[in-house]
Amino acid sequence: MNKIVMRYLAVALIAALAAACGGGNTEPVTANSSSGSGSSQSLQINGAGATFPYPIYSKWFSEYNTLHSNIRVNYQSIGSGGGIQQVINQTVFFGATDGPMTDEQLKAAPGPILHFPTVLGAVVPVYNIPGTTAELKFTGPVLADIYLGKIKKWNDPALAKLNPGVTLPATDVTVVHRSDGSGTTYIFVDYLSKVSPQFKSDVGVSTSVKWPTGVGGKGNEGVSGLVTQSPGSIGYVELIYALQNKISFGSVQNAAGEFVKASVDAVTKAADAAAPNIPADFRVSITNAQGAGAYPISSFTWLLLYEDPKDKAAGKAMVDFMRWALTDGQKYAADLGYAPLPANVTMLEQAALARIKVS
Amino acid sequence: MRSSDFTFRVGVGAFAAALLLIVIAIAVTLANDSTLSIQKFGLGFWGTSNWDPVAGEFGALPFIWGTLYSSVLALLIATPVALGIAVFISELCPGALRAPLIFLTELLAAIPSIVYGLWGIFVLVPAVRSVETAMPESLRALPLFSGPPLGVGMFAAALILAVMVVPFTSAIAREVLRTVPASQREAAFALGATRFEAIRAAMFYARTGIIGAVMLGFGRALGETMAVTMVIGNNPQVSLSLFAPQYTMAAVLANEFTEAADALYLSALIEIGLVLFVITLIVNMLSRVLIWSMARQAAPRPAVLVPRGAEA
Repeated sequence: MNKIVMRYLAVALIAALAAACGGGNTEPVTANSSSGSGSSQSLQINGAGATFPYPIYSKWFSEYNTLHSNIRVNYQSIGSGGGIQQVINQTVFFGATDGPMTDEQLKAAPGPILHFPTVLGAVVPVYNIPGTTAELKFTGPVLADIYLGKIKKWNDPALAKLNPGVTLPATDVTVVHRSDGSGTTYIFVDYLSKVSPQFKSDVGVSTSVKWPTGVGGKGNEGVSGLVTQSPGSIGYVELIYALQNKISFGSVQNAAGEFVKASVDAVTKAADAAAPNIPADFRVSITNAQGAGAYPISSFTWLLLYEDPKDKAAGKAMVDFMRWALTDGQKYAADLGYAPLPANVTMLEQAALARIKVS
Repeated sequence: MRSSDFTFRVGVGAFAAALLLIVIAIAVTLANDSTLSIQKFGLGFWGTSNWDPVAGEFGALPFIWGTLYSSVLALLIATPVALGIAVFISELCPGALRAPLIFLTELLAAIPSIVYGLWGIFVLVPAVRSVETAMPESLRALPLFSGPPLGVGMFAAALILAVMVVPFTSAIAREVLRTVPASQREAAFALGATRFEAIRAAMFYARTGIIGAVMLGFGRALGETMAVTMVIGNNPQVSLSLFAPQYTMAAVLANEFTEAADALYLSALIEIGLVLFVITLIVNMLSRVLIWSMARQAAPRPAVLVPRGAEA
């Protein structure tokens, strides 16, 4: 009897020694299996979702890892739809999406899911008009009529009235849209549906819609490729894509009546203006925001977390990460072309983060 | 000895069975995951044109049309070119040119489809657009050429598919022509046939294999995704016009699958996959039947008489 106990102790001792030797082990413990909340334990957290915020998220996760070497976040940019699906199925710890989850999707999840805006993005109109390099002005209703196929020529009176002094040719307008399901499309049609009742009833809001006219390009590069090559075409791309590739784009009239050219500042202003009316769950569209200087085709991108996560250690780590991303992390946004969140929104989020049950 | 024979037979038999099981598993999974859409739309899914993710209404007709139309057009363009290449390499080509030509056609097959797509956007589409704009108005009035000159559309897709299909069809047709016994040609020449007639006799001899090569190209065209979606314009409509932007089944799957979060939407997309699977199956079966019936007809083969012993 005694002998057996001794043998067990010996085995345990050897195991403990082995564990100690591999103390700074590089083998990550997955979030699902880790039980302790000791900060020395290395923790891997898996997330998946939107492709749009991928550059800033990977920057954040690598910066955060240099600050907290025990926390490693693995983010797969598989698309918003896939991210939502995987969060509902709990195959990843957190998700990310460019369009808020619908009520149905929230109901399908095993527990309440919270939305946290992380940064802002915007969509800009790009065009290629033979003989004109002028920066064009658009209004929401005019953009909606172009995408509905009602404005067919570039010298349409509605466009000419907005752009006095610009000679617009009588060429046909070729409409270019995204062919792949995308958060960019979601933001764009969400805006057009707000400013045009006909667009809302005929087309509606989704990551993929039934376009009444035009051709589809795959990705921002597909749309901008088609636009640069087709004389007389108009398309829409992410602001960040237009900035990085130095593509010129038009300005859009906001709810206050000003023509605003999209910029990081103008997008942050849209969120700032919307902040007083933000609902507690942050599921809000900020397109067509009121307020001076606000760019109208702007949107949050969200991180999705369970309110009562199964894995408390990973939950705590993600809450700590979010607190960092909302403060220090925001300074990385502008360099990558994202608009940082305004202070009034991050304050609301800091309060909401306390709702996550981490113990 | 006998027992090792037995294990060998069971072993390779298991591999063959695995192949069958994989095909069945794919069919079952596709059917199973598309239940929601099958129940909601029934057979109407095959015949309706509305594809509206917002309203939750789905019909596959424009995608089926686009897939078949683009593949048939590609076949019409590619087959003469591919057979020409095969005949030239196997029958007429000077020896020194043969190896480089074979290498080049095989290189075409190795180019990734996304590279074809990029080439399509930047080279092919502008070229097609200039053809479209140069086309006289009287022709543009025909339904076959109607619509604004966009460059992207059915014609660009068919051209790029043809370029991608040519190396496959020509490689197989070449191999098939190589299997034609030299005696066939010698006999033709002996009867006073011209070179063209001798080649025609060789092609007639190899016709089942050549049909097989063409059908393989068709199968490849049906499933091609990335290059097509980059140049076809991705607009779900049923149109005869070569210049109209259209859509294919493989392209809509690649485009919309990642962002489809709604259950019915996802189910409808998977049913598109099922439809593609079924159509590919039908095409393959039809080509089998075609080859089989030709082989049967060919049983008594008096076309070229081969004297006994002349076969190599």
